[in-house]
Amino acid sequence: MIRLGFYPGCSMEGGAREYQESVIALAKVFDIELIQIPDWNCCGATAAHNLNKELSLSLPTRILALAEKNELMDIVVPCAACYSRLTVTNHELNKDKSLADKVCDVIDMPYSGNVNVLNIIQFIQKYIADKLEEKVTTPFNYNVACYYGCLLVRPNGILKFDRPEDPQTMDILVKKAGGNAIDWAYKAECCGAGMSVSRTDIVARLSGNIIRDAVERKAEVLAVACPMCHSNLDMRRPEINKFLKKEVDVPVLYISQILGLAVGLDAKTLGLQRHMVAVNLPEKKAEQPAPITNTIKTEA
Amino acid sequence: MARVGVFVCHCGENISATVDCEKVAKESGDLNSVVFSTDYKYMCSDPGQTLIKEAIKEHKLDRVVVAACSPRMHEPTFRKACSEAGMNPYLCEMANIREHCSWVHPKSEETTAKAGDLVRTIVEKVKKNKPLQAIKVPITKTAIVIGGGVAGIQSALDIANCGHKVIMVEKQPSIGGHMSQLSETFPTLDCSQCILTPRMVEVAQHPNITLYTYAEIESVDGFIGNFKVKIRRKSKSLDENLCTGCGLCTTKCPKKKIPNEFERGLGNRTAIYVPFPQAVPNKPVIDRENCNYYQKGTCKVCEKVCPVQAIRFDQEDQIIEVEAGALVVCTGFDVLKPNFFPEYGYGKYKDVIDGLQFERLASASGPTKGEIRRPSDGEIPKKIVFIACAGSRDPAKGIEYCSKICCMYTAKHAMLYKHKVHDGTPYVFYMDIRAGGKMYEEFVRRAIVEDDTKYIRGRVSTVFERNGKLIVRGADTLMGAQPVEIEADMVVLASAGVSNPDSEELAQRLHVSYDAYKFFAEAHPKLKPVETNTAGIFLAGACQAPKDIPESVAAASGAAVKVAALFSNSELTREPVVAEVNRQAPPVFSTCTGCFLCEKVCPYQAIEREEIKDRNGNVIKTLARINKGLCQGCGTCVALCRVKAIDLHGFSNQQMYSEVMALLNF
Amino acid sequence: MSSHEHVHHKEGLAADVTSNTGVPVNKCYQCGKCSAGCPVAFEMDYPPSMVLRMLQTESKNNDEKLLKSNAIWLCVSCEMCYGRCPMEIDIPVLMDYLRQRAYTEKKVNPKAHNIVAFHKAFLNSINQTGRLYEVGLVMDYKMRTGALMQDVEKSPKMFIKGKLSLIPEMIKDKRNIKNIFNKTLKNKKS
Repeated sequence: MIRLGFYPGCSMEGGAREYQESVIALAKVFDIELIQIPDWNCCGATAAHNLNKELSLSLPTRILALAEKNELMDIVVPCAACYSRLTVTNHELNKDKSLADKVCDVIDMPYSGNVNVLNIIQFIQKYIADKLEEKVTTPFNYNVACYYGCLLVRPNGILKFDRPEDPQTMDILVKKAGGNAIDWAYKAECCGAGMSVSRTDIVARLSGNIIRDAVERKAEVLAVACPMCHSNLDMRRPEINKFLKKEVDVPVLYISQILGLAVGLDAKTLGLQRHMVAVNLPEKKAEQPAPITNTIKTEA
Repeated sequence: MARVGVFVCHCGENISATVDCEKVAKESGDLNSVVFSTDYKYMCSDPGQTLIKEAIKEHKLDRVVVAACSPRMHEPTFRKACSEAGMNPYLCEMANIREHCSWVHPKSEETTAKAGDLVRTIVEKVKKNKPLQAIKVPITKTAIVIGGGVAGIQSALDIANCGHKVIMVEKQPSIGGHMSQLSETFPTLDCSQCILTPRMVEVAQHPNITLYTYAEIESVDGFIGNFKVKIRRKSKSLDENLCTGCGLCTTKCPKKKIPNEFERGLGNRTAIYVPFPQAVPNKPVIDRENCNYYQKGTCKVCEKVCPVQAIRFDQEDQIIEVEAGALVVCTGFDVLKPNFFPEYGYGKYKDVIDGLQFERLASASGPTKGEIRRPSDGEIPKKIVFIACAGSRDPAKGIEYCSKICCMYTAKHAMLYKHKVHDGTPYVFYMDIRAGGKMYEEFVRRAIVEDDTKYIRGRVSTVFERNGKLIVRGADTLMGAQPVEIEADMVVLASAGVSNPDSEELAQRLHVSYDAYKFFAEAHPKLKPVETNTAGIFLAGACQAPKDIPESVAAASGAAVKVAALFSNSELTREPVVAEVNRQAPPVFSTCTGCFLCEKVCPYQAIEREEIKDRNGNVIKTLARINKGLCQGCGTCVALCRVKAIDLHGFSNQQMYSEVMALLNF
Repeated sequence: MSSHEHVHHKEGLAADVTSNTGVPVNKCYQCGKCSAGCPVAFEMDYPPSMVLRMLQTESKNNDEKLLKSNAIWLCVSCEMCYGRCPMEIDIPVLMDYLRQRAYTEKKVNPKAHNIVAFHKAFLNSINQTGRLYEVGLVMDYKMRTGALMQDVEKSPKMFIKGKLSLIPEMIKDKRNIKNIFNKTLKNKKS
């Protein structure tokens, strides 16, 4: 049993709880236990760095310090936004010692700067990918548009993850799960991020362009690794469809859900029923089994 | 007792702005052995030199110290002046109170004091100077031109037409370089091949030029006037004397799908191939890495079909050794494959090409016979987007400089496209239009005004494919940086001009310096633009930095004149700053113990072994001896000699110690 | 010392940007690649490259326009500009700084009211509970903006799908969080 630190972040406790459910279920299949950082707080997200720099560094540092205090030196952070905040904070603190001292003073806790932050893909690459193919029981043989969004790959100089243009890491995982990762143009374009509530019109447009490109290139599913991207592409679908002037019902799945289905977890465990856009995947031919359609409870 | 004269120069205000020259001159006059001292505004000027000459005569000076700029600048000037006044020129020394003092310190008492110290040390040194005689060495009047592009061709022809022998060494199977790949040339739109191929033929036929293609420089030894160069003639697997260039072998070779380098991958070639129809020499070579026989052991079709039995599968590389008096480096440049621009999709989308590929499309001898067609489906593109500065002026991608030629060739491409596809629309995304040059600006205006090229000032963020179109996203910075999106059929990247991948290695082989971008460095950016820091090795063309054809040709002729000037003398005068191993009368012969550590460390292979024999011819001792022709006076042997048997003329240990002692006020 | 030493005498906002963020405003050569790739440039009164240009003018008038612009609030921190900038100018950090300045100087563009209200409601939620409480956030946001009816049709569906909880999650060490807010937001009352 491998034991790793785990930072779910706020949305995975609320609106994106299916993401958390699927990550934990997937980890369990591969004998990995994810241990929540005790008493973790919100990373501050966009709001903090928009309004106050010190606050935007202090909130993530408290999380990292708590992880270190509990001897969780590798922490899995599935939310791309939280991952970005935690990684950037680590970078800033390691770059500027006096800033680090100041921030530690604010949070009233020591922090060495040495906690290793893994995003969902890095976690899967490191602990699951090698054993993935042998565990696949029901290949996910759909056309999948892997959507990375912004915060997983940028700023590349700090995150040093994948390549910023036409990233591939998620595509490789989807292929290992038996899927067909399609080549498309909006992999790393912005979905509108935190403007979901305050400027829904912008989100509808940006996310609409993403959905349109995916569908035009015959995607049957979009794969995401960020609750914010998911909520924009999924929950904002009525606004998106209004912008696109047509009904597009392509489902948006977390990468952990796709891999979970491929290794035989059932839809309910993975929380597929919680999506706003119903997950109605077409049944594939017998030689290309896609039994997931039988297990998914879809909304009427 | 020496009679030293000290001459302090103001260098206009370069020195006098921070150093009190008058004071330096006055105080120098009080130094031991100094019998005359003065200061003057421009010591290097004619009146300044006259002042020195007259002082030598009037005060019977036998040593001169000029306190001025760096000896690199004016030592020859002042030594010549002293010589004209009847003094041995090597009894004149310079104290550098400009670069070493006035330029690097503010105006102050200390600065003046430092200038005084510098003069004092050199006065002590010059007192120990001995008269020296310049060394005369013969000159081999053969030049080696490395690289057979337009610069190399021009240089070789100019030198050869002066009556000197030239050996041209070209890496590729044919000469012609990048210019032979171009379609038309700016700003006149004359056909590149039409103006170049006659020159290529002239090179091949010139009685003074020996041409080695498919050959590389293996090593260079020696020095100006007397280089020893090894050339590797790579095996062409062919007896060139027998081959008639009929081309039958190239038509029968079964390996037909090798991407043709000359067409920049847009066309194919065979394993035995002539790179292009106008190649010089027009004889094939076998590319062993792609040849069935060399890779799998069977085939030999070319051998079977050759009517004159010229194929030689067992031919090996040949190393030939030649002597030369000068080298001209014309190795040109490379066009960066813009794969490092993932946002532009080069390598991913077939219809995103680079400028050199567009040249091939536009060339009458190219893969489309001069028709502009998309590589993906052969359709004629109705909208082409040209992206300038694809790599150039982009520190994030590692190239800070401007590639200089792209603005002009992009305007030319737009124009050629419009001339060939009348209903097509060319767009150019640019940052600045750099069209300095004769008829250049007019040419760009023509592309915009008469050929209706849409110039948009802004850099493209990304290119991606959608439904067979290339979507180009840019911004118009002259319209408040509004986003612009163009659905193009083809995208042409003006990729950066970079140094050749092997330029660093060649520079090290030639012992010449190169810059941070691995371009060869000239001795002086303004006044010695075709010289290197190594005497006898010259530069021309785009191996120095991206250059267009007129500039390359001008530099090539410039380098040729330098070579011709060198060859106009039968002997070369060299500075006598060389090392010497001491010799004494028997029975000691020398303090040299024959350890030959000097031999190991000498970078110029100038240390020889001399056997000292007794009357009966028995070897008593083996001593080091320095070949004055090869010695460059670097002093490494002096520093390493354990018994102090070696000294450097002009910089002897005694002279150096005197300087240091003077500085320490001993 | 000698005249070879250069001292940059930047003025106004540009000087503050450089000293507070290290972003080298001078480096921008107006290629426009940031504006070309910015997903929200179409909505901005000043696209990113214009923001840099305005700073470069070092004029009070432009500084003022910039702080009062809606562009700085529309920036979604997607980092596309920074990712592709040939001069590697960290525009997102610059935007953060401009927002913080506009916010503390009370110069927020009226059109950005909703965006700022959302951020404030967001931070308020964290300040109260240590974590984001989505229902509370939306309620707070609605009170601040008066957009009472926005997204009401979504709530029942979200509730059924288990995406909304009616009780906020609380962390134990709330005092620590309050302290962090008090120390960092000292003089900046929302």
